[in-house]
Amino acid sequence: MKYENCDSMLSMLSDFIDGELSREFCTAFENHLEQCPDCSIVVDTLKRTISLYKDNSSETVNVPADVRERLYKCLALEEYINQ
Amino acid sequence: MDNQENSGYSLKEVQKGNRSEFAKLINAHSNQIFRLAIKILGNEQDAEDVLQNTFLKAFQKIGSFEGRSNVSTWLFRIATNEALMLIRKQKPEMNVSEFSDEDIDEVESPVQFIDWCCLPESELMSDETRHMMDKAIYQLSEALRIVFILRDIEGLSIQETSQVLDLSETAVKTRLLRARLKLREQLSTYFGERLTDRSE
Repeated sequence: MKYENCDSMLSMLSDFIDGELSREFCTAFENHLEQCPDCSIVVDTLKRTISLYKDNSSETVNVPADVRERLYKCLALEEYINQ
Repeated sequence: MDNQENSGYSLKEVQKGNRSEFAKLINAHSNQIFRLAIKILGNEQDAEDVLQNTFLKAFQKIGSFEGRSNVSTWLFRIATNEALMLIRKQKPEMNVSEFSDEDIDEVESPVQFIDWCCLPESELMSDETRHMMDKAIYQLSEALRIVFILRDIEGLSIQETSQVLDLSETAVKTRLLRARLKLREQLSTYFGERLTDRSE
């Protein structure tokens, strides 16, 4: 983060990563990244951080059978548990 | 709007008090709610309490649900509030401001500039890495953790996240950036050490 406008880039970082920056700001951001290796690393490692958390949470979580049974019971809906 | 998100139940029937349809609503959304609660609270026992309380409240309030958001966003909102209430009950010493004053702080500038993206997948996805990532996310304040979970893990939009948390979109974006940067710093420190070990 050596360049003068690194801090202003920081405020646009999430929008840039999420593809929500306007074309004008996106071009300015990309131009900055070409000149600033530090910001470039921050962008790459931030994208990877998010994707690692997504990948690590991608497994399906199913409510265990006993938890489901207690849920239907507390709502007095036992008769519908197998529908 | 009637058949919510093609989830196999009729919202109109649920709102009329049809119990069989409510059971279908539970089937459609319970896995999602349970997963969210585990992510926020970190254990299945507390997540079960949140699951039960969420559907109890939904059962009581579904009649007045106006459909301004979709049902899953509405249920996420109830579940998130239940999870926060449980955390407050378990940690009464925690100041309420820890949940609400996150926006006044400025975003901290990054300090780690190590490019660890080149590390092999086996290292990035190892059990040890997963353990460190879990630890890092629970070191975030609840206010930051919940925004990160809703937006980046559960995939809600900024608008949906702001509806769930009753926050402005600007506040959600600020918290999200802070959470993302904090996690990136932690991962950079961890993987930076791995890179140093490899080069020695």
